[in-house]
Amino acid sequence: MAGNIWIIAEAWRGQVSEITFELLALGREVAGQAGAPLEAVLLGSNARELAQKLGAADSVLYADNAALADPVPENFATALAQLIKEKQPAAVLVPLTNLSVDVGVVLAAQLGVPFLNYCKDLKAEGGNLTATCVLYGGKMEATVTASAKPAIIGILPGARPVEQGRSDKAATITDVAVTLAAPKVHFKRYLESEAGDVDITQKDFLVAVGRGIQTKDNLDLAEDLAATLGGAVCGSRPVIDQGWLGLSRQVGKSGMLVKPKLYVMLGISGAPEHVEGMKGSQCIIAVNTDAAAPIFNVAHYGVVGDALEVAPALTEKIKARKG
Amino acid sequence: MSTATASADNGNGVMTLENLAKFPEGQKVYSCMQCGTCAATCPYGEDSEFPPRQIITMLQAGLIEEVFKSSSLLNCVACYACMAKCPRGIRLTEVLLPLVKEQVFAHMTDVPAELQKALQNTLRYGNPMGESPRKRALWTKTSPVPVPVLAEIKRPVDVLWFVECYTSYHPRGQDNSRATAKLFHAAGVDFAILGNEEKCAGECARLLGEKGLFDTLTDYNMKLLRKYPFKRIVTGAAHAYDAFKYQFPAVGFDFELHHTTPFFAQHLDKLKPRLTKKLNYAITYHDSCCLGRHNGFYDEPRALLQAIPGVKLVEMTHTGVNSICCGGGGGGMWLDTYYAAKGYERLSERRVKEALDTGADVLAVSCPYEISRFEDALKVQGGDKRMVVRDVVELLAEALED
Amino acid sequence: MDILVLMKVVPDVVEELEVGSDGKSLDTSFLRTIINERDDHALEQALLLKDKHGGKVTLLTLDAPDIDDVLFTALAKGADRAVKICGVESVQSTQTAVKLFGETIAKTPGLLPVDLILTGVSAIDDLDGLMAAPIAQQLGWPYAGVVTQVALADKTATVIKEFAGGVRGEYEVPTPAVLGIQAAEKPPRYVPVAKVRAAMKSQTIESVDAPAVEAATTVEVQQMAKPQVTGHAEMLEGSPEEVADKICELLAKRGLL
Ligand SMILES: Cc1cc2nc3c(=O)[nH]c(=O)nc-3n(C[C@H](O)[C@H](O)[C@H](O)COP(=O)(O)OP(=O)(O)OC[C@H]3O[C@@H](n4cnc5c(N)ncnc54)[C@H](O)[C@@H]3O)c2cc1C
Ligand code: SF4
Ligand code: SF4
Repeated sequence: MAGNIWIIAEAWRGQVSEITFELLALGREVAGQAGAPLEAVLLGSNARELAQKLGAADSVLYADNAALADPVPENFATALAQLIKEKQPAAVLVPLTNLSVDVGVVLAAQLGVPFLNYCKDLKAEGGNLTATCVLYGGKMEATVTASAKPAIIGILPGARPVEQGRSDKAATITDVAVTLAAPKVHFKRYLESEAGDVDITQKDFLVAVGRGIQTKDNLDLAEDLAATLGGAVCGSRPVIDQGWLGLSRQVGKSGMLVKPKLYVMLGISGAPEHVEGMKGSQCIIAVNTDAAAPIFNVAHYGVVGDALEVAPALTEKIKARKG
Repeated sequence: MSTATASADNGNGVMTLENLAKFPEGQKVYSCMQCGTCAATCPYGEDSEFPPRQIITMLQAGLIEEVFKSSSLLNCVACYACMAKCPRGIRLTEVLLPLVKEQVFAHMTDVPAELQKALQNTLRYGNPMGESPRKRALWTKTSPVPVPVLAEIKRPVDVLWFVECYTSYHPRGQDNSRATAKLFHAAGVDFAILGNEEKCAGECARLLGEKGLFDTLTDYNMKLLRKYPFKRIVTGAAHAYDAFKYQFPAVGFDFELHHTTPFFAQHLDKLKPRLTKKLNYAITYHDSCCLGRHNGFYDEPRALLQAIPGVKLVEMTHTGVNSICCGGGGGGMWLDTYYAAKGYERLSERRVKEALDTGADVLAVSCPYEISRFEDALKVQGGDKRMVVRDVVELLAEALED
Repeated sequence: MDILVLMKVVPDVVEELEVGSDGKSLDTSFLRTIINERDDHALEQALLLKDKHGGKVTLLTLDAPDIDDVLFTALAKGADRAVKICGVESVQSTQTAVKLFGETIAKTPGLLPVDLILTGVSAIDDLDGLMAAPIAQQLGWPYAGVVTQVALADKTATVIKEFAGGVRGEYEVPTPAVLGIQAAEKPPRYVPVAKVRAAMKSQTIESVDAPAVEAATTVEVQQMAKPQVTGHAEMLEGSPEEVADKICELLAKRGLL
């Protein structure tokens, strides 16, 4: 395949986002199949040290420009379009995050090519790129060939393990220049989420507690787990009714509709009224002492066991992994 | 497009709040003597700005617009208590309240999310849960006896069984349906269902003020009923029963109608010899608003329960016309969180506390909403180890010989 | 302040989806469509802005079965005008939809000028692109996506865009602009069915002929299949520590740690 395989590195407030490493891992496989080098592209302002982290790529293009300090998709897209014209990559893998997706779609629009969306897997075969894309909210998977030059491809989070894309290898960094005019859209400021007002519908990680948690004090076990995961605690209605959690934390028919990446359930039976609110979650793990609990027909993974034991064990293991 | 209405057109068009006095039922509203019984009997009376008495005052004073702007009518769970107790016999829950609520609903800018979802689902999928209409009859695959579908059998039947939503989709409602099917067989009734063609009868939408939705569903279901030859309709859904009995006649519904509980009570002579399994339960029966206060079926469910060998019937403090509403009617099924946010006690919990006090093992019901409401309330009250909730038909089916 | 809202329908996943006989598209025999959820939010955002600033909200959609219901519902909610692009078979490609919308907006008298074009930032069937950015490109207007709040002032829209972990960004966008809406400031409003029925009697939906556009070709579906679902959880066994290890592993594999 003529041209390099590019992955667009995502830097978010001074850090390389984890999805960047997932893309590196996937890109590595695709580059291997295509017999092409894997190249990472990092755009930023005074962010060169972040490029060091991208050693899993054969080479890194780093463009530094003051206009790339703020998340203005138009600037990033214009910069990328310039680099693409110059370097002619075969494929450009873009993280499907709220931050990067706009860069990808504006870039594709500027180049007049499609933006291949919802891609969870990608292969290079016989000079073609074949993508597996998740459609209709996960109800179908399409195998798709992308023949645009270059193919701009949005990669879903979780395509490959993060670890697989990390490398201790020193990155080979090439500095490149981009020229950017004043953008049409102006970034004003970041708005931090206010402490206290937890919007469980916006969380990627939720630990849901049910009556199986038994006492209000045991909620701490769930809070610890949620904090370790970087998420929040929510609950079934009886738990909310007992006043252990606020109304805004109720999931279900008469509560919130949530679709997190991970939904850990501690002692929830799986009543239809609860399931209605969480069945769209991407990964559901249920812990319940009752092997016949209906929730095991809904969850992806099940543990027959005491939530009061499994939750703290899990918190410890995750802490250990996260270091 | 035809329009179903609460009272037959008497030459004055459709009854509205403006032309109320042209209808006998409407005229009656003006006979209110302001005794306040309605407010006193209303389960949410203390929390409501406009109990029926107050509404009538405002109507007479020409200030009804004020009522439309208040959301307090969302508190009305259509429990029929005020109507049952009104000394002037004003059909409050049936006639006045829906007319007022229709306007309240039209003025409402923020419909509680849970309720909105249920209404949108009912319009789109024909059931408030938002389940696929193509899966409505899926439960029949787990029925212990065959459940014929009218579109498939292509022959007239004696009984068209209108199954309804909770009894089609909710796992515990399906228990009710499986039991009902078993009882039809045991009683030798020739029956069939509408299957996936059936849609919600929409009575709760009407009682809540979403009359347009009710009319849309009525148009649909009435056309559907006309498609098939049958003698009478039986339904286990107390709210659908009300819709058919009181609303559908305005669009030409003239079929013989029964609710499953009184229907099986009528067939007790056939069923009784087959009720051979002894159930050693102490049972307390909850009179549902629709079946009890609205339609007066107090004895039938009890007769059925007493026909089961081994059963001991115990009564709660509030029974019959004084029964405590489960809080699920008139849209209450989709307002639990709205009420909780306002700090109201959930009525289902008030009810199960009383049920638990009887010391019974089983709380028996005959309206499909109540199973999930009371089971949940028992969990919250910590009483789910002591008491289970069963529909009367479930208990009967359990007692049937194999 | 005038706003144009672009809406399209997507397959309703409440109904079981099946693969068609060609093995690469949806079986349409039982397919039901529903308004793209985010387009519904775009409409709500437009109506909220209208509530605040006045002006006209116009809807533009591609024709589809049941589209009239969608449009009458929107009119009943307070939209002023509804236009559907007719004469296109069900449009499978977002690229093609972009061309159809773009050409129609440019060529149909009376659709422009507007201050904003709003549309859902994405849809569950957006395989080969998202609508808003390429439409902005065609018009030469600024674009912002993943928007959850819009405030309008003279010649500028201040928008809030959502990033990760509850952090949001505030942007100033000169109007006219195209915004991809992630969520409206409030959930889409309810409109009583009686009002929809009234809209059906009193309002009309305009039709325009679809412009001739070339179908998009660089993304080609080879095969479509349902992902395997087990119907029962995969059970993890062992002591709490062992189970915790297994969970960690599967989370890591899914990129969740
Ligand atoms: C109109 C209506 C609306 C409703 N809306 C909602 C809603 O929005 N959200 C909602 O959640 N519910 C709702 N419900 C309530 C719902 O029906 C159930 O009652 C509720 O979801 C049950 O909560 P639960 O699973 O926590 O409790 P239970 O059903 O009592 O389940 C507790 C579970 O914990 C397990 N367990 C016990 N000890 C342990 C242990 N040590 N470790 C692990 N597991 C253990 C048990 O085996 C059991 O499965 C609604 C009900 C109604 C009627
Ligand atoms: S029907 Fe029941 S809830 Fe409604 S006003 Fe009358 S007493 Fe109150
Ligand atoms: S109970 Fe009847 S008569 Fe008494 S105030 Fe209420 S509506 Fe009027």
